[in-house]
Amino acid sequence: MIRSTHLPLLITLATFVLAYALCASAYPAMLSWRVIANLLTDNAFLGIAAVGMTFVILSGGIDLSIGSVIAFTGVFLAVILRDTSIHPLVAFALVLTLTTGFGAAMGATIHYLEMPPFIVTLAGMFLARGAAYVLSTESVPITHEFYDTLQGLYWKVDGARFRLIGGLMVLTFLVGIITAHRTRFGQNVYALGGGEQAAKLMGVPVARTTIGIYAVSGGLAGLSGIVFSLYTSAGYSLATVGVELDAIAAVVIGGTLLTGGYGFVAGTFFGILIMGLIQTYIVFDGTLSSWWTKIVIGGLLFAFILLQKGLTWAAQKRAAQARRRTATGSAALS
Amino acid sequence: MKDTPTHPMPVLHARGISKFFPGTIALDDVDLRLMPGEVHALLGENGAGKSTLIKCLTGAYRRDAGTLMLDGQDVAPGSTADSQLLGIGTVYQEVNLLPNLTVAENLYLGRQPMRRGFIARRRMNAQARDVLAGYGLDIDPAEPLTAYSVAIQQVVAIARAVEMSGKVLILDEPTASLDRDEVQLLFGVIRQVKARGLAVVFITHFLDQVFEISDRATVLRNGRVVGECLLRDVTQRDVVTMMLGRQLEAQVKTRDTGRPGKTLLDIKGLGKRGMIAPFSLTIREGEVVGLAGLLGSGRTETANLIFGAVPADHGQVLLRGREIGLRNPRDAVAHRFALCPEDRKIDGIVGDLSVRDNIILALQARQGWMRPIPRAKIEEIAQSYVRALDIRLASLDMPIRLLSGGNQQKALLARWLATNPDFLILDEPTRGIDVGAHAEIIALIEQLRADGMALLVASSELEELVAYSTRVIVLRDREQVSELTGDQITPDNIINAIATEDAA
Repeated sequence: MIRSTHLPLLITLATFVLAYALCASAYPAMLSWRVIANLLTDNAFLGIAAVGMTFVILSGGIDLSIGSVIAFTGVFLAVILRDTSIHPLVAFALVLTLTTGFGAAMGATIHYLEMPPFIVTLAGMFLARGAAYVLSTESVPITHEFYDTLQGLYWKVDGARFRLIGGLMVLTFLVGIITAHRTRFGQNVYALGGGEQAAKLMGVPVARTTIGIYAVSGGLAGLSGIVFSLYTSAGYSLATVGVELDAIAAVVIGGTLLTGGYGFVAGTFFGILIMGLIQTYIVFDGTLSSWWTKIVIGGLLFAFILLQKGLTWAAQKRAAQARRRTATGSAALS
Repeated sequence: MKDTPTHPMPVLHARGISKFFPGTIALDDVDLRLMPGEVHALLGENGAGKSTLIKCLTGAYRRDAGTLMLDGQDVAPGSTADSQLLGIGTVYQEVNLLPNLTVAENLYLGRQPMRRGFIARRRMNAQARDVLAGYGLDIDPAEPLTAYSVAIQQVVAIARAVEMSGKVLILDEPTASLDRDEVQLLFGVIRQVKARGLAVVFITHFLDQVFEISDRATVLRNGRVVGECLLRDVTQRDVVTMMLGRQLEAQVKTRDTGRPGKTLLDIKGLGKRGMIAPFSLTIREGEVVGLAGLLGSGRTETANLIFGAVPADHGQVLLRGREIGLRNPRDAVAHRFALCPEDRKIDGIVGDLSVRDNIILALQARQGWMRPIPRAKIEEIAQSYVRALDIRLASLDMPIRLLSGGNQQKALLARWLATNPDFLILDEPTRGIDVGAHAEIIALIEQLRADGMALLVASSELEELVAYSTRVIVLRDREQVSELTGDQITPDNIINAIATEDAA
């Protein structure tokens, strides 16, 4: 049975299918495993970060720091692997601890100082970007055999290479979906997005949940940074500027309401794929400027905002009807 | 009225509860005994201390004195979450559930059934269905909460509170936004909760509902307990007398009703679903129609409906025999209606504007902002009303919030009188003002009537209504229940009309 709350997710899915069909009809070559594999690989870092952003937005918050945290992670890894003999796995653990703690600190600031997430994570954005500059202003290449090993891992289908980082993104989405729907933490995230006051009255641990949400977002930004460093084999403090906005766009196109409470992690996955698809189309076309990506994404965002507004109206109308229905229903009951 | 039957031990026994706010005593030595399996109504007019008492019981406020015993144990809940865990669940008028979650998710938030570390959704939905079926609801718990009406949401909230707490259930005006059928649905649920041995506290302004569902009542007035009684031993009239605290002496007043003029307004079947039942009313020039009734009986709603502040969903209004549409207050103002609202701080004055600007506001609004009233004219109008109404102020330039309550009220009246209305609606014109200003406003109402204006005055002050009304409409539970004219208008008769028990 199709439930009304699933409608935005279905629309996102339909948009993806439609967009892919359009692309494939223009360029039949796009209907290949290779394109799909590249979609996953090229958008892996954005997708992982967008999972964290989905949790943040579902709770009614926003996290502007993730682009900077990704850049910081990249530079941190590059510098550590260049200057020390620490094994990359240890470095990964170190940077994940750091970014998770950074997110948790922002969450604590938001909750205990009752500050708007926008301002707190804006400060976080400057802090993380600044820290990246402090480590290095230059692009630092990463040369380590373990990196080569990781980059060399892939699963071959029909000549297409499904690489490790794409798989990592899919795994992150799966864990995210289960967390959102099958754990108390996930339910508490939705509860916060539905109304903090009511959630508090219903016994939701608001402090723990808020800190947890931003810790998850920070940690996933760290993971995204690791993936980005694997993708580019370098750490550069000027990289991934504005990625937080791309992530927000993916979340919204994925059908999540910016005001929180409504949406699905799975929607974000298709949001990412839609955005990746647009980019791929422009590459295939070859004559279009890459800025068209931005224009199409802008148009899509507008369309989805209008759609959400329309759905909200429809829901209100339905609620009014339900009221009338129960008036007769309860008469039958009594 | 006091009665102390020998009964089993109360589930919750509050003794000597006091709560002070700066300048006022909100609760003064209040006792409350809640018996298992009983519905206990908490009654009192606005400001009697009902909600303060509830907040002290649920830990939302800290009491300044008194003890709270739950099942014979001293308890001191520090927050609403605390009291929930202790066994005191509360359901408020506005449903405190999450609109974005499903019914089952709301019911089990924080205590979901788990399987191997994950929420067992199917089991949760099945359990939710069983629990709700126990309350007579056959709904799909996997649907979002907002797919269902407020009444059903209330039942879900009650189910959650009962499942979580299970000793005391406090219902704070749960029926305020429900219609009759929905109220019956809710009452069925309350009876079941009662049968399970919980103590239920029921707060409402609707007396019929109190007598229908409650076993016992505690009446509060001005922060003190007036009495506790078994409702089967008393009449509605007794309860109203306790709430209002009036001596029921016949107070016959000879009045100069004058000759009522031509019919100004003819209201036919005007009403809005869930707000006020359709009513008809004729108002003539030179007539003061009083609206009496307890708080929540629909006085303010009637006033707002006639003024178009809330659009009606059926009925029509004839002005001098011609039908007019009242979709919003601008329409009403254009037809020379005026409304002085009940809560002048929220709906009336613009605190930081000068007295002069506040007085001229409605007139200027009616003229339209494109045609400003000349400065000299403004001065003249403001001055003349300040003199006529004896508004005491240092200067017309002072912000209106610095005036006393009575003077603010008079300035508001001046605002609407400046528009030279044919029909003036006053909602609680004497609330919160001192005795002197009180008398002046009553005199002014008399004066306006004598000058041929039609007035509709809603008030909870019975003597006041008796003093100036040519007719009194009595409202109960958002319905007109009777109309008193001439010598019938006495406080006694009004109380009788409010309290009349008929088969509703």
